[in-house]
Amino acid sequence: MSSLTPSSASYEPTQRGRSVTTRPLLEIENLSTHYVSSRGTRVVRAVDEVSLRINVGETLGIVGESGSGKSTLALTILRVLPPAARIVSGKILLEGEDLVEKSDAEMRHVRGKRIAMILQDPMASLNPLFTIGDQVAEPIRVHEGAGRATAWRRARELLKAVRIPSPETRVTQYPHEMSGGMRQRIVGAIGISCEPRLLIADEPTTSLDLTIQAQYLNLLRELQREHGLALIFITHNLGIVAKMCDQLAVMYAGRVVESGPVSRIFNAPAHPYTEALLNSIPRMSDSTQRLTAIEGQPPDLAALPPGCAFAPRCTKAFDRCHEETPPEFRSGGGRTARCWLAASPSTHEDILVRSGAA
Amino acid sequence: MTIQAEIIVLPSSSPERSSLRLGDFPLIPALIIGVIALVAIFANLLAPHNPEIGSLTARFRPPFWETGGSTKYLLGTDQLGRDVLSRLIFGARVSMVVGFTAVIFAGAVGTTLGIISGYLGGWVDQVIMRITDTWLALPALMFAIFLAAIVGPSMWNIVIILGLVYWTRYARVIRGEVLSLKEREFVRLAIVAGCSKWTIMRRHILPNVINSAIVIGTLMLGVVIITEASLSFLGVGVPPPEPAWGLMLSDGKQSLMVGRWWLSVLPGCCIMLMVLSANLLGDWLRVKLDPQLRQL
Repeated sequence: MSSLTPSSASYEPTQRGRSVTTRPLLEIENLSTHYVSSRGTRVVRAVDEVSLRINVGETLGIVGESGSGKSTLALTILRVLPPAARIVSGKILLEGEDLVEKSDAEMRHVRGKRIAMILQDPMASLNPLFTIGDQVAEPIRVHEGAGRATAWRRARELLKAVRIPSPETRVTQYPHEMSGGMRQRIVGAIGISCEPRLLIADEPTTSLDLTIQAQYLNLLRELQREHGLALIFITHNLGIVAKMCDQLAVMYAGRVVESGPVSRIFNAPAHPYTEALLNSIPRMSDSTQRLTAIEGQPPDLAALPPGCAFAPRCTKAFDRCHEETPPEFRSGGGRTARCWLAASPSTHEDILVRSGAA
Repeated sequence: MTIQAEIIVLPSSSPERSSLRLGDFPLIPALIIGVIALVAIFANLLAPHNPEIGSLTARFRPPFWETGGSTKYLLGTDQLGRDVLSRLIFGARVSMVVGFTAVIFAGAVGTTLGIISGYLGGWVDQVIMRITDTWLALPALMFAIFLAAIVGPSMWNIVIILGLVYWTRYARVIRGEVLSLKEREFVRLAIVAGCSKWTIMRRHILPNVINSAIVIGTLMLGVVIITEASLSFLGVGVPPPEPAWGLMLSDGKQSLMVGRWWLSVLPGCCIMLMVLSANLLGDWLRVKLDPQLRQL
């Protein structure tokens, strides 16, 4: 592994030293991304007032139903949004630099180099016309201007790092000659090829069968340890979150409804939505209990109900929930929740003041 | 039972099948193209007579195997007493150069614009595609005649004219392919890996559309050669003393009815052989360029 690290050594000591002591690796403040129709009449609030932070080497899980804005959030961080989407407000601070302010050219040096991403369907992520070696070497050549021979040598090392057997022959082969699990590991190798500080994995295991999933998750964890990677893990599988993540953010209708350390949220969810999600996991222990589903449908993001977006489906909702949108309440241990029930009398006042000012 | 067993055994003998695949190479078309190319290159050495100067005392000689034919003019002579064989040999040069360069020129322009249009989208796409629409609405031959009338007939002008007339065919098809390609996951991965638009177009889009461009090219080769012949026939193509197959074909047309078949049939056969061979070679190339088909 030692051969993989020197490339970015020139700036690392200062950067790493700074980020560990003073600030998180990535800090998202009040970020909103909206899809606006061409005439501006319809606005879909795909990501709405999201604040998150992730420290060096940490894993943040983002869970939520389809359409809750998880993927849009990931695309926003990398600024690779479709043309209809606009970053309306907020900051994305990567090691203190605001990515929202960066030019397209500057962003290209962030993508793949400092933040890498693994896509939803890694099976289709490889170009069928190029050899594995070419594709793993590509980011190295793009970002570090390495020659073909150097890049290929690195590609072979990377394949070894993601446990591809006989990498010497594999580099000259084409994607269709690989199994699904192997292709996925290759995509992982492309992800870490330029030693990024942060890897965003957008449902990387949905297209894999279960045994391969477990293998791949173990591999990701090992890579994370070896390279000191921070990982944002987007999934709708709470089992994976329990296995992989340190921190958890639950998204509903474009908002982070609850966030905090995984173990605490799992033990005592603060938001009824998180609670409902946890209850909808089938359990091995009590086979007699019926599986609880969350009644109703997620709301239309272009026409959110007044008040809390989850209120129409919430079993604990009371009058205020239907009238007033709850702000983000903070409690001890770095937990937040957007729910009136989470407003403890002591914190209630100052939080209201804070959100009213913002 | 034994019969069944044999049937089951057969599909597993893949080494045999893969060695058979090596025989896919279209030997005969490749040979034909190769021979035409060699003839075109060494026309000076091969031609028995000057293709542009005839002797009026030896007009309309038939090929040597017909009565009245002689071995001096192996494939006979035309209305000006010029040796048909020599003209065919020099005509290969014209057809090769005009056909291939025009196809490549049109392909380069059309593919580039198609990729840019499809990948960048937006107003760039609108502008390029509206120009393409307008271009396609003009009748190809009329347009070619119009351009030829402006710039004047010469071989290289014809190449440029044919390129300008036919690039739209590539642009349309390639743009369509790019539209679907750019939604593919590997293009997204390239984007999130920090590749610039131009890198993605060059490294990820272009190699994936080059197959289609080659297939269109092989089809266009026939069209281009025939358009060149039409232009020659109408007097705005390759200027007359120079022997072009299309020109010979048109010139021989009047004599066809009185039995002087060699004047038009022979250049016609040459055109047919070349277009057919190019098509077959192109088809093989298409398969070869696709790693998935190549290694099945």
